[in-house]
Amino acid sequence: MSDLADSNKRAEEFLKGLWKENPVFVAVLGMCPALAVTNTAINSLAMGLATTFVLVSSSILVSLLKSVIPKQVRITTYIIIIATFVTVVDFLLAAYTPGVHKELGAFIALIVVNCLILGRQEAFASKNTVGLSILDALGMSAGFTFAMLCIGIPREILGSGSLFDISLFGAGFEPWIVMILPPGGFFMLGFLLLGFNWHAKRSKERALLKQTVETT
Amino acid sequence: MSDEQKNTTIQHTAEKEPSSFKLVFTLGIAGLLSGIILVGTFIYTKPLIQANKKAATQRAIFKVLPDCTTYSTLVLKDSQLALKATDENKKEEADKDELLIYAGFNAEEELIGFAIPGSEPGFQDVIGALFGYDAINKIIIGFEVLESKETPGLGDKIFKDADFQTNFKALAVAPEIIAVKPGMKQNPNEVETITGATISSKAIVRLLNETMDIWEATLDVYIKDNELKVSDKNE
Amino acid sequence: MDNLIWIFISALLINNFTLSYFLGLCPFLGVSSKLETAFRLGLANIFVMLITAVCSYVLNTWVLIYAPYLRLISFIIVIASSVQFVEMALKKLSPDLFRALGIFLPLITTNCAILGLALFSTNKGYGFVEGMVYALGAGGGVTLALVLLAGIREETRVLNIPNLMQGTALNLIIAGILSMAFMGFAGLFST
Repeated sequence: MSDLADSNKRAEEFLKGLWKENPVFVAVLGMCPALAVTNTAINSLAMGLATTFVLVSSSILVSLLKSVIPKQVRITTYIIIIATFVTVVDFLLAAYTPGVHKELGAFIALIVVNCLILGRQEAFASKNTVGLSILDALGMSAGFTFAMLCIGIPREILGSGSLFDISLFGAGFEPWIVMILPPGGFFMLGFLLLGFNWHAKRSKERALLKQTVETT
Repeated sequence: MSDEQKNTTIQHTAEKEPSSFKLVFTLGIAGLLSGIILVGTFIYTKPLIQANKKAATQRAIFKVLPDCTTYSTLVLKDSQLALKATDENKKEEADKDELLIYAGFNAEEELIGFAIPGSEPGFQDVIGALFGYDAINKIIIGFEVLESKETPGLGDKIFKDADFQTNFKALAVAPEIIAVKPGMKQNPNEVETITGATISSKAIVRLLNETMDIWEATLDVYIKDNELKVSDKNE
Repeated sequence: MDNLIWIFISALLINNFTLSYFLGLCPFLGVSSKLETAFRLGLANIFVMLITAVCSYVLNTWVLIYAPYLRLISFIIVIASSVQFVEMALKKLSPDLFRALGIFLPLITTNCAILGLALFSTNKGYGFVEGMVYALGAGGGVTLALVLLAGIREETRVLNIPNLMQGTALNLIIAGILSMAFMGFAGLFST
């Protein structure tokens, strides 16, 4: 019984980041990268994966060290840890995928100020075991990457008529250039949030309806 | 660490204010750890990153100087042009008071021309470019945009539009390069602008003119002084 | 001089930090519901950016040429501590100014716009004067964006907006329209 409850809890920690507590759509965190680099699907994916690496590695380290870090200097320590991993990812991308590194530019370094990462250390990794922290970090990163792709894929399709650099519509398509420019980022996220709000409202109403039906 | 010990540490931090020494010590350890990780990654990736940079430079040079097989890096310091010391440990980029250009040679080790970088504010942000210059015939023989944030679909035609690129097959630099409307090119020193991207096209022309102002005389002197063998294919 | 004017205008309008680089969005969307607050937040931003420009120049010239891998860590830590230091000095020397800007300083120190400024200006290889002008332009640009959005949001309060639209979704769409308007500044300097 306790095994079952345990695995349920694990699944819960992983899944909450994907939908219920999605960092971009629900908590509205990390919007700077979510808008700045989502002009193509490849950039969105690369940013999502880079963030995943940083978040998972920092969560492992923070949850391992949680009992030795004094409370007074915890934020500074977290920042040092995060900045270290961001620099590592920056160097690795420059070494193995110079094209992606050039496209993302300074925004890789800016992962360090993505509130999502520091937020997870403070709210989760510093209070939970290594295993749960990894699950939480993986779930949150998956949710972040998912959100990045949700913004990036439509922007690339509409703005350049392609997906992952593969042309979709042929020569007759006149791309909606504004979508890959900055305003397109704002509009896309704005409309996605609108959709999310609408979905949340509907499911709330449905639950309420169900409740009233059951009570009467 | 046993569970019991762990508990006491947690209690300890919760109850008592830890000493300044402990705070400084923790931060010091964190700094040390991060330093080790960083230096490790840096040493591991440095050769790869430098190789990438070199490959990118080489690709651009070979593109703007057709038939080029080898190149040497020249540096302008205190208005003197000299071969850049190829010290492996030194970084590839120019120092602040230095300007870098590249001299390209063909298979017979004859000078084809120079690859010269330049930059100029465009429509959106600074455009960085590299162009090939044949110092003997005083023509530009190739052009490549290295960095640009020009509007997709309009301004980015400066590097995507094949017709615009043909402007730089044999563009005379003297007396100066002039931008003309599409289809109006009559003289060898004229560049046809792109419809819908006039500002970006004109920025390129300005970039070429301003960069040539800096280099033209220096390069003439350099060729004379060093008595370089010159490719006569183009003549 | 021309170059400096270009740097300033480019950072202020053409490549506005908030509206075209998406930097400093958290305060942009979170705080900017009141014009007065937005303006003061903007001033605090300019203030921190100037400090950042000084710090990043010093670090870049004397430290990072020997240890480039320390770039990110040193930027964050040095900027955060210098801002805290200046904050303490300000509290002592000019309590009025501290009251006007003080509460915002901790809020924006670890903001992406601040780190972004340090990274961009070193990437572009700016010297001291250029860096300061760039910081002024960027800070001015963030202020401008904050004030514009706050102004529009104050107006929307009297409108009848569907429930679903309110909050972040509406702000993002307003920001999108502002960003589109700012696109018109491109090419301002190239005629």
